[in-house]
Amino acid sequence: MTAPLRLHVRRSGPEARDGTVAVDLALPSDVSEVETAVELMARHCFAGLVPCARTAFRLRVTLAEALSNAILRGNHENPAKQVWIRAELTATAIRLSVRDEGDGCDATRRSDPALPPDLEDDGGRGLFIIKSLADQVEFDDRGNTIWMTLPRC
Amino acid sequence: MGFSKTTSGRGVTVVKVEGQLIVGNRQELKALIQEAMEAGDRKFLVDCTQTAYIDSSGLGALVTISKKIRENGGELRLAGLNEDLRSLFELTKLDSLFHIAPSLDEALQGF
Repeated sequence: MTAPLRLHVRRSGPEARDGTVAVDLALPSDVSEVETAVELMARHCFAGLVPCARTAFRLRVTLAEALSNAILRGNHENPAKQVWIRAELTATAIRLSVRDEGDGCDATRRSDPALPPDLEDDGGRGLFIIKSLADQVEFDDRGNTIWMTLPRC
Repeated sequence: MGFSKTTSGRGVTVVKVEGQLIVGNRQELKALIQEAMEAGDRKFLVDCTQTAYIDSSGLGALVTISKKIRENGGELRLAGLNEDLRSLFELTKLDSLFHIAPSLDEALQGF
């Protein structure tokens, strides 16, 4: 049995920008943990707020997509590797990051998919969906961290 | 949370998706429908009235399942999607691949 996921919440701590609350969560490279991680983060990102259904949906879908990419493509489901989520919360925005232990991928492969893949393809929609639902999407230079900005209300 | 399978009076296998259809549980849905196909079922209705969200892995699973069902002379329909789910299918153009009905009753008509 795996250990339960544990959240770490910091209010304007040294790693969080002034006025923000940072919520951190680490999880193993196990797709069965995605649902729990998404619900934990959603609960904390909207703590004390009544989010509109649309915003909560966008957060759940984009986070599930990013975790799926990190576990399957970044860490290749290696149980010895972890995935880290961070949410930086201001009064109006959520800046979410997902980092894996992979080598990252070629930035050119992160180019903006303006169109969804062929209808009959079973994969390839993840990044398209993230870019469609998040207000802003960025990657670090290595390509193993994605940043997604969403409204908080 | 999870999947439950019932059979309607019209001989349609109704699979209810409660909670979410995502990377962590998509194989379970594939296995459930595969098992029903092997038992001879050909008409499937995925009931999304209690579905909160679906990710690209879940969408991919539905595409794969639908393809297999069609290859076996059957059909898969979806019903009861909330506004957000409906917009996700429109965004990915998958609304043109699936028969999506507003309600279970409407999906079952003419099936």
